[in-house]
Amino acid sequence: MLTVPVEIQILLAGILFLLGLIGLLVRRNMIFMLMSIEIMFNSAGLVFIIASTYWKQPDGQVMFIFILAVTAVEVAIGLALLLQVYHHFKTLDADSVNKLKDHN
Amino acid sequence: MTTYIALIPAIPFLGFLVLALFGQKLTRKTIGIIGAGSVGIVALLTFIAGTGFLKSLPQVKSYSVVVWQWINAGNLKADIAFSLDALSLVFCFVITFVGFLIHVYSIEFMAKDEGFSRFFAYMNLFVGSMLILVLADNILLLYLGWEGVGLCSYLLIGFWYKEPANGYAARKAFVITRVGDTAMIIGIFILFLSFGTVNINDLMQQASEKWIAGSSIAVLTAALLLGGALGKSAQLPLQTWLPDAMAGPSPVSALIHAATMVTAGVYLIARTHILFSLAPIVQAAIAIIGALTLLVAGFSALAQHDLKRILAYSTISQIGYMFLALGVGAWSASVFHFMIHAFFKALLFLAAGVVILVLSEEHDIFKMGGLRKKMPVVYLTFLIGAASLSALPLITAGFYSKDAILWYSISSETGSILLWVAGITGAFLTALYSFRMIFITFFGEAKAQPAFLPGKTMTIPLIILAVLSVFGGFLELPESFGNIHLFSSLVDSTLPAVVVKEAGHSEILFQSLSAVIVLAGIYLAYTIYLKKPALSESFSHSRLNRFFEKGWGFDKFYDVIFVKPVVWLSEIDKDDFFDWLNICISRLALLMNRLLGITQNGKLRWYLMSFTIGIALILTYMILR
Repeated sequence: MLTVPVEIQILLAGILFLLGLIGLLVRRNMIFMLMSIEIMFNSAGLVFIIASTYWKQPDGQVMFIFILAVTAVEVAIGLALLLQVYHHFKTLDADSVNKLKDHN
Repeated sequence: MTTYIALIPAIPFLGFLVLALFGQKLTRKTIGIIGAGSVGIVALLTFIAGTGFLKSLPQVKSYSVVVWQWINAGNLKADIAFSLDALSLVFCFVITFVGFLIHVYSIEFMAKDEGFSRFFAYMNLFVGSMLILVLADNILLLYLGWEGVGLCSYLLIGFWYKEPANGYAARKAFVITRVGDTAMIIGIFILFLSFGTVNINDLMQQASEKWIAGSSIAVLTAALLLGGALGKSAQLPLQTWLPDAMAGPSPVSALIHAATMVTAGVYLIARTHILFSLAPIVQAAIAIIGALTLLVAGFSALAQHDLKRILAYSTISQIGYMFLALGVGAWSASVFHFMIHAFFKALLFLAAGVVILVLSEEHDIFKMGGLRKKMPVVYLTFLIGAASLSALPLITAGFYSKDAILWYSISSETGSILLWVAGITGAFLTALYSFRMIFITFFGEAKAQPAFLPGKTMTIPLIILAVLSVFGGFLELPESFGNIHLFSSLVDSTLPAVVVKEAGHSEILFQSLSAVIVLAGIYLAYTIYLKKPALSESFSHSRLNRFFEKGWGFDKFYDVIFVKPVVWLSEIDKDDFFDWLNICISRLALLMNRLLGITQNGKLRWYLMSFTIGIALILTYMILR
């Protein structure tokens, strides 16, 4: 069976994480920011899977199930918040939602 | 016996603790019972301890008890230890017995006051501290009691703290006595450094062995201790706080500022008399200060309008007599006058308190008048007190105590005719101002109506004190008649007897002279204040009278030479270097706040960016480390 070296696998996860981070930083629409966070989560999950196969231990896969559950919850709460934000500000632009700041 | 001695100061403190912790929850009746009861129990204990002491007197001259170790650092060893000898016994008796009567009186006097439990808590704390002062075995514990009574004096002068003037009077008393106390603690340091102990008996023993009479260190130490005594006892030049101290309730004036605390200076000098006999210059100074004080205060008393201020000046003047006696080495005469003074001055203050209370806080004697018929009990007791104060011959206790001082001021080895002249002038003034009070307050036409009459709780202590003010004198009768020496034989077990000049004057001659002078003073008061009021009226507008009324301008003088420069200095020194340090700290905090406030701009992506950069920096650091 053809195996990809573990360094390449980790590099893939790293690229995925960076893509998510860049998306998070450059996007202004909060829906896309939420999606970027999802990508970062998945990259972290991927590292767990890689580690699990590398060490031949099931723990990493168990961890991934947990991460999946946590992301599901996070998305649910995130979307609910976004709905409220949209109701309130009539926009999803992260830069215009800036009421939580120091007064000066 | 020793258990009683240890319990005597402990019980008032227990009363204080109970009242201070649970005072708000107790009913007024319970508070009164605890407050007066604790002092009553101590009075009883003092009586038991006193009889035990008298029974064993010739063999045992003092009892000591160590309660627990207090300080043990290096060669400084001070215990909570008490010792009872004849001098402490007399003071304890006056503090507890007169104190008990005043506490009982206060139950009715303060009945309507909202600070009822606070009042009794402070009073019990005072009695406890005062008992520590007089029973202390070492000079450090004595100083603890000394400062304790100073604190209570401050708290009780400013008892009605809602009036700013009362707070000012309290602070004035505290600051001025602090001047004396600072001198005193320096004196204590010198004693400890010289002898390596703080036990009073050891100190006196070693001082008499190691210090040469008249040596500069003995004079310095005695002078410093005298400074403390002058402050506490309101003698020249630290007397200005006492008249203002009358801002407190009348029972406080009676107990603290007449009967007990202000005589602590007398106690201190009598307790350390060996030191003072090593410094004859200082002892002579005591006599001169006493003589001057009694004259200055006597003239001031003559010009006052406020009933309590007259009594305050009279207290200063009478303590002047005690200092005069201390100065000529008549120790027992001084302590005897202290005891009699405590009786009649407490009586006068309590009676004055009743008068002021029933006339709804009227202090001006010229607005009273004609109270003789309306309040016969108060009138009679006040009359007895005033007669005793002015030393009415033969029948009052004040005569015997003051006469002894006058006699020793000339016949003692260190006495002189000048001291006697000052004393006799003071006696004349005392008779004059005492009966001025009587004639203006109780005679003449009625100018104010009493709102109510005092109840039994107030009048019975007055009557008891009046009886003591008359019969207390028979404990000690001069040699010219009676020749009873119950009191001095007791006190002489602790203090040395007075040394009388060989070529004596005729005692009976001087006694009759002082008796005549006192009667003349009373007659003069009768003439100018009752028969021809126009005479005193014309005098009362003179500049001299105003000068006397303002206490010889001491307040103004101190204001100009101490208060004003200090205020001026602190005014110009408002922004000194140390202030700048503090200001810099606050400015820095403000600046950092502004700088960091910029980062808090509400932009979500800005936060994310700084978050990412932060993580990148931390990771870089951890990898490259």
